[in-house]
Amino acid sequence: MSEHSLELKGSLFPLSVLHCSDLSISSLQSLLTAKLAQAPAFFYQAPIVINLQDNDSNPDFIALKQLFTELKLVLVGVTGANAAQKVAAQQAGLAVLQAGKSNTAKAVEPAPQSTTPERSAPAQVVVQHQAMDSKIVEQNVRSGQQIYAKGADLIIKGAVGAGAEVIADGNIHIYGSLRGKAIAGASGDSSKRIYCYNMQAELVSIAGNYWLSHSLQGEFWGKPACIRWQGESLVISELV
Amino acid sequence: MAKIIVVTSGKGGVGKTTSSAAIGTGLALAGKKTVIVDFDIGLRNLDLIMGCERRVVYDFVNVINGEANLKQTLIKDKRVDNLFILPASQTRDKDALTKEGVERVLNELSAEFDFIICDSPAGIESGAMMALYFADEAVVVTNPEVSSVRDSDRILGMLSSKSRRAEQGLEGIKEHLLLTRYNPERVLKGEMLSVEDVKEILAIELVGVIPESQAVLNASNSGQPVILDEESDAGQAYLDTVKRLLGEAVPFRFLTVEKKGFIKRLFGG
Repeated sequence: MSEHSLELKGSLFPLSVLHCSDLSISSLQSLLTAKLAQAPAFFYQAPIVINLQDNDSNPDFIALKQLFTELKLVLVGVTGANAAQKVAAQQAGLAVLQAGKSNTAKAVEPAPQSTTPERSAPAQVVVQHQAMDSKIVEQNVRSGQQIYAKGADLIIKGAVGAGAEVIADGNIHIYGSLRGKAIAGASGDSSKRIYCYNMQAELVSIAGNYWLSHSLQGEFWGKPACIRWQGESLVISELV
Repeated sequence: MAKIIVVTSGKGGVGKTTSSAAIGTGLALAGKKTVIVDFDIGLRNLDLIMGCERRVVYDFVNVINGEANLKQTLIKDKRVDNLFILPASQTRDKDALTKEGVERVLNELSAEFDFIICDSPAGIESGAMMALYFADEAVVVTNPEVSSVRDSDRILGMLSSKSRRAEQGLEGIKEHLLLTRYNPERVLKGEMLSVEDVKEILAIELVGVIPESQAVLNASNSGQPVILDEESDAGQAYLDTVKRLLGEAVPFRFLTVEKKGFIKRLFGG
């Protein structure tokens, strides 16, 4: 028999953070339902943290928890809470989390430039154009493996095996064969695309709109192909 | 330091134990001091294939638990010098293996042997993970059919992510593809995947192709590793495989349909 020991270790996990100014149940319900409809499978039982930074109200956390459960989400805790909110959240059995380095840097709108530059104004307005990240996988993605590029493009040099899943919020590029599933625009962006060198996919999806293998078994099966969302449906076309 | 080679597949019944026995025996024939370790705790088979089932006194789990030492437990093969078997326990289950225990035993074996062949159980659970965790090289046994190929793909993923080499960021496990039960006639009829098909899907280097052969079943039933049957096609194919594992370049045989001679056609081959 192996020994059963207890360990408590710190770990980091990706959590989705909800930003919403109005946390009343009715409004949140309709907003969330609409959001989830874009990619139902993607958010299924996803752990969620509510960001209260810009919210001074004292929401009914127990009712919120109930709502999340009904929507098949898991409300884990809150972040950016003030003292009263913290107490209420803790009473509802939620964790109070301290935000790490925020990657949702507040979008600072550059001040519109006036035609006559003011002398006293700071000489420059820094507008950061951050290139979208990409995640690069150098080998084959084997059956049973799942790779997710959060907020990024996904580039795979090898093949994606049957039963493997590659998911990206951005575009997906596969330089080998695609025999598994590829899910681009996973957070709902329908402008994202899937490019692959040899199309034999089990499933392709863009922003929650998917095709199974049988829809792909035409002209482009086993050939280089690009999948995109156009008008009201997915479109497959040649790569070059 | 011994080289640790895991013989694995994901899927059951593709020929892991037959291949472990043949490769282990072949390495010993080539003068390498070799031990074959049966990781299939609870479903002990290697002893039967090796024909030493009546000589099992202690087993792998006894060694891990400190109830016996390696010297008492290792069974020396009577036909081939330099060849030893570490049998699995038949009365326990896979949970009897602990990572620390396995590591200790492998370290001890490593000091004395050139090659340690780990005969993995089927599946992707703890037993199979334990067999591949410490490996330097892997022989992935695959039959030319889709479910076996998919399971091999899954195991290849495990090899590159769940092994000690992967966890410590060392150079990855060297992966070899061993295609077994290959029947060129059925490939020609389109009933079986070809060598090229499998190579294309799994994208690893091919180390051997073992033809489907009556000799394998006969060998298993009589407790003789098939590699000792040098007359048989399967035996010869395993000999080639061992040479390739040792770095020799050997052309592949038994890939095409053998033309039947007049006599064979007359009386059936």
